[in-house]
Amino acid sequence: MTTTDTSILDIRDLTLSFGSLTAVDRVTLRVDEGARHALIGPNGAGKSTLFGVLAGRLRATSGQIFFNGQDVTALSEAERARNGLVRTFQHSSLFLGMSVLDNVGLAVERSTSQPKRPWPSRRRDRAVTDAAMTHLESVGLLSRPSALCGALSHGERRQVEVAMVLACEPRMVLFDEPTAGMSVAETNRFAEIVESLPRKVTVVVVEHDLDIVFRLAERVSVLAAGKLIADGTPEEIRTNDAVQEAYLGTSSNEALFGAAS
Amino acid sequence: MSATNTLSGLTADQPGTTKLFNTGAPRPAFRLFVAVVILLILVALPFFLAPYPLSLAGRALAFGLLVVSVDLLTGVMGMPSLGQVAYFGAGAYTAGLVGIHLSSSGLVQLLIGTLAGAALALLTGAVAVRTAGIVFLMITLAIGELAHIGVDSLSVVGASNGLAGIPPVSVLPGGEPLTVPGYLYWWVLAVFVIGFCAAVILNRSPLGRSMRGVRDGELRLRALGQNTYSVKLIAYTIAGGVAGAAGTAWVAQTQFISPGDLGFDMAAFALLSVVLGGAGSLWGPVIGAGLVIFVRDWLGGYIEGRGTLLLGVVFVIAVYVLPRGVAGIKGRSLRRKSSDS
Ligand SMILES: Nc1ncnc2c1ncn2[C@@H]1O[C@H](COP(=O)(O)OP(=O)(O)OP(=O)(O)O)[C@@H](O)[C@H]1O
Ligand SMILES: [Mg+2]
Repeated sequence: MTTTDTSILDIRDLTLSFGSLTAVDRVTLRVDEGARHALIGPNGAGKSTLFGVLAGRLRATSGQIFFNGQDVTALSEAERARNGLVRTFQHSSLFLGMSVLDNVGLAVERSTSQPKRPWPSRRRDRAVTDAAMTHLESVGLLSRPSALCGALSHGERRQVEVAMVLACEPRMVLFDEPTAGMSVAETNRFAEIVESLPRKVTVVVVEHDLDIVFRLAERVSVLAAGKLIADGTPEEIRTNDAVQEAYLGTSSNEALFGAAS
Repeated sequence: MSATNTLSGLTADQPGTTKLFNTGAPRPAFRLFVAVVILLILVALPFFLAPYPLSLAGRALAFGLLVVSVDLLTGVMGMPSLGQVAYFGAGAYTAGLVGIHLSSSGLVQLLIGTLAGAALALLTGAVAVRTAGIVFLMITLAIGELAHIGVDSLSVVGASNGLAGIPPVSVLPGGEPLTVPGYLYWWVLAVFVIGFCAAVILNRSPLGRSMRGVRDGELRLRALGQNTYSVKLIAYTIAGGVAGAAGTAWVAQTQFISPGDLGFDMAAFALLSVVLGGAGSLWGPVIGAGLVIFVRDWLGGYIEGRGTLLLGVVFVIAVYVLPRGVAGIKGRSLRRKSSDS
């Protein structure tokens, strides 16, 4: 409507308060279509809360969100997801009493088939199953589609989360600490999945693992105490004094980014 | 540590993965075999039972179908309900009125009664399914009680005396009335089988999967883009239709319906049957329903109307012995088998 150029997500003066605590404080940010964007910040900075507001689970106290040129501030979470804006959850949020295949199947069904048809259809349901299996294959979970999600390890649950958002046919994915609890191999696999995503899918990732941040991101934003304190290329963020100050309470470059370079 | 967990999990599951969609349930062929055997036993009952126990079996089947409708909401969708008696009553009263004024055909009564149950469920569900948990339970309780009070004060349906003078059903319009107890029982069994199959089909459909999604994580389902309100309302309407069908079967069996048949105890017994049988499995709660009718009406007959008390005792024992209901027994024996191998 009012956005121009190439940004798919346009956040303006977004604020969210829990009572007296301002968890997201007048954040203004643009994310270009196809971007690989990282959001970092210390614990309690408001990263997950910001994702919650963007996805529509939480209502913004003030400010506006434009997605794909449309003001989505008043849209429900489900409507935003149908527009292609989806996220993963920091604390895995799966259908634990259902199989891995059913979890991903729900996502596939919603985006490509008829989730409210009250009778089975061999051909259509087959197509849903096949698509779900493809997504499971891409995250490396093909070997046990019929296992209950509640019986999976922590790392495997993270992988199901990834398969589920990809099955939503998203235009933009917000990953909230996707690799927390994953093994090294699983983390690497996650990075490969993001790298292999088509460029029409925009990715924003909240991540504490700075190796992953600098491997995937072309742009990094830093949140501290609800405020956006820096925004730039990984190189600029690496050398930004304010970031180091806020992030670790240290101005030692080594302590913060030494491991990543 | 998490890496080794992943590995051990994978190897443990390996033998079962040769078949891609092995869900840990018995083979479909075996299940079909069991279902056919049970159906044959049910069909053969008139050859072994005297008229009174046979009529009890018919009522158990009608009640069992009501329980299936409660289980669709409680077990499959995770929304325990006390309101299905209202739609059961809508089906029963409609069938009775159709029988008296319009047609003695069981098929016609089944059709109109099912639609009546579904229509009332759609109307009331539009409000009810906006809530969840204990609020939903209370609202459905209110719906049941309102239906009860409604027919109790409505003189055209006999008020508190109930709707009497319902002629025996025939199958087709103008057909022979089913006055032989065995034939009547077969009609009730036919309605039960139709309703049960509808529930099984629903359970295996995309909507069934969405209903389980509501049960396991309604918020997560919304985050996938699903409008969960419409999922819940459609499911609620279908469950209302199943309850309505159960009501027509009840009326066909008893040729009588009164406000007492849709009272709170009926709603509570239906929910009790679901818990006894194992919520979420469709066949378990049917066995639970049979158990409830057997204890209340058959055993209870020997100790002078203490059936309800006896049910309470059975319930307490069952919760201790079978925490996951009758359907949990199967899961338990399967688990033992898999840990042996
Ligand atoms: N529902 C809530 N009610 C009240 N306060 C909340 C709520 N959710 C989060 N907060 C607070 O808001 C602040 C931001 O929390 P948030 O979870 O967004 O941080 P985060 O950056 O994701 O941290 P982490 O890296 O630990 O995941 C914290 O101080 C937190 O305690
Ligand atoms: Mg967080």
